[in-house]
Amino acid sequence: MSIAITTQFICFSVLSLVVIIGALGVVLLESIVYSAFLLGGVFMSVAGLYLLLNASFVAAAQVLVYVGAVNVLIIFAIMLVNKKEDLKPINDIKSRRIISTSICLTLLSLLIRVDLTNVWSLSSPQNSIGEESTIRIGEHLFSDYLLPFEVASVLLLMAMIGAIVLARRDVMSQDISTGLPVDQELIEKSSEPLLTNKN
Amino acid sequence: MEYGLDLEYSFNEFLKGLGLSSEIAHIIWLPLPMLLVLVAAVVGVLVTVWLERKISAAAQQRIGPEYAGALGVLQPIADGLKLLVKEDIIPAKADGILFTAGPILVLVPVILSWLIVPFGQNLLISNVGIGIFLWIALSSIQPIGLLMSGYASNNKYSLLGGLRAAAQSISYEIPLALSVLAIVLMTNSLSTIDIVNQQSGAGILTWNIWRQPVGFIVFWICALAECERLPFDLPEAEEELVAGYQTEYAGMKFALFYLGSYINLILSALLVSILYLGGWGFPIPVELIAKFLNLPINAPLIQVFTASIGIVMTVLKAYLLVFIAILLRWTTPRVRIDQLLDLGWKFLLPISLANLLITAGLKLAFPQFFGG
Repeated sequence: MSIAITTQFICFSVLSLVVIIGALGVVLLESIVYSAFLLGGVFMSVAGLYLLLNASFVAAAQVLVYVGAVNVLIIFAIMLVNKKEDLKPINDIKSRRIISTSICLTLLSLLIRVDLTNVWSLSSPQNSIGEESTIRIGEHLFSDYLLPFEVASVLLLMAMIGAIVLARRDVMSQDISTGLPVDQELIEKSSEPLLTNKN
Repeated sequence: MEYGLDLEYSFNEFLKGLGLSSEIAHIIWLPLPMLLVLVAAVVGVLVTVWLERKISAAAQQRIGPEYAGALGVLQPIADGLKLLVKEDIIPAKADGILFTAGPILVLVPVILSWLIVPFGQNLLISNVGIGIFLWIALSSIQPIGLLMSGYASNNKYSLLGGLRAAAQSISYEIPLALSVLAIVLMTNSLSTIDIVNQQSGAGILTWNIWRQPVGFIVFWICALAECERLPFDLPEAEEELVAGYQTEYAGMKFALFYLGSYINLILSALLVSILYLGGWGFPIPVELIAKFLNLPINAPLIQVFTASIGIVMTVLKAYLLVFIAILLRWTTPRVRIDQLLDLGWKFLLPISLANLLITAGLKLAFPQFFGG
């Protein structure tokens, strides 16, 4: 084996191990904060796998979108609402666990079947476009994948406008959660008075 | 346009001459530029810390460091040694693993970004095709490290500081990326080498700062906000948050944050000089001077001369910007958090979007000036 292939093999094994162990940790760990940080690790390792496949632009986009945006948002949400409270015990926890395990195992067997039956025709490494891939992705986005691209952008725009409407409470006459009329003077207002009344 | 010194090629040829295979020569070559750039980054930090101390002293009519070496040039090394031998404290109620991983996650992406900083035609670690996009992607990892260290410290000031830092760097990343996009639109490439070559036509006249004045200002403001420099240093605002996410840190872990912020400042200055100030280009093109003096551009001596001019110009431009950043830090007051978010979302974002749109229009109208 040449040095390049050995390096590639070592990188691949380490990355796949990190992905599998990290993903198990995300699901099985008790602490939700650890799960969130491990999820970031899993996203990073997937980016590493893309890099091994010569898809550097996809790898960088994966880091930017999944680690830099999605994962940061998840951690933000956890840290802003990190209340220590005991969850209510669920009655039929055992049967729920059995059902979810069987669904997961069925999905896994389906994926394994697809992997085994499908013929993976790989083009030779000489044909890989490598650094050219950024240009090719752009060409595809603006020709044959134009409609999905535009639909996705409209969807994101809708989500953005919705977020702005929800955040600007002054445009609505009554509060969504309580139904009370909204105080139009202060946007930042705590639900409980910050200072206790002395008299 | 392949010209200039190719140190890698000559080094590999030299090793092959000694009877080594090309693969082994490549492996021996690989760590050398990385080590060189790492050393350059650390030395750059030492110089910047000294400059910061001296310029702040001058701004406040003090003398500043004086006794450690001539003019106090050894002061940053003394600072570093002090941090190195200090006790490494992890607070009793803190989360040990996350507390240790936080500073590492802040520092590593910054150092990785030096991969794409060119000091000359072939003087960079790797001319990756996604170039500047790699830097944008890597700098988006940093907020996770900040949130991690803020959370793990188990201190309300740390948590607030971490949340503020993450919010700030997320909101300023968008105008930053949009102003980079305008440059990329003009260059037709993400590679930093191509971005510099695109500006090298007629020296100072073809630098991007004349074609992208708005983008330059937006980029510089956002870069300062990403580095948490003073007009925007809310995450570690002393009067409100003690020291933000760094409050519980001591010794080498604190030094990692310190190092990270200064390496980030130098990196931002370097990138501004690459994107807008012609990178390694001399204000008058070196080719013109060589032609004027009747010297062949490919002669080895001229090659060494142009390469050294390139390095000197890159560092000079970067340190000019670092000087401006230090001056800004010691002469401007801190903005409030609502002003910071207003500036980012209501001013810089629309302006950089409009800048991108106008650049695209100008590129269609005048392809010879705005890159066809």
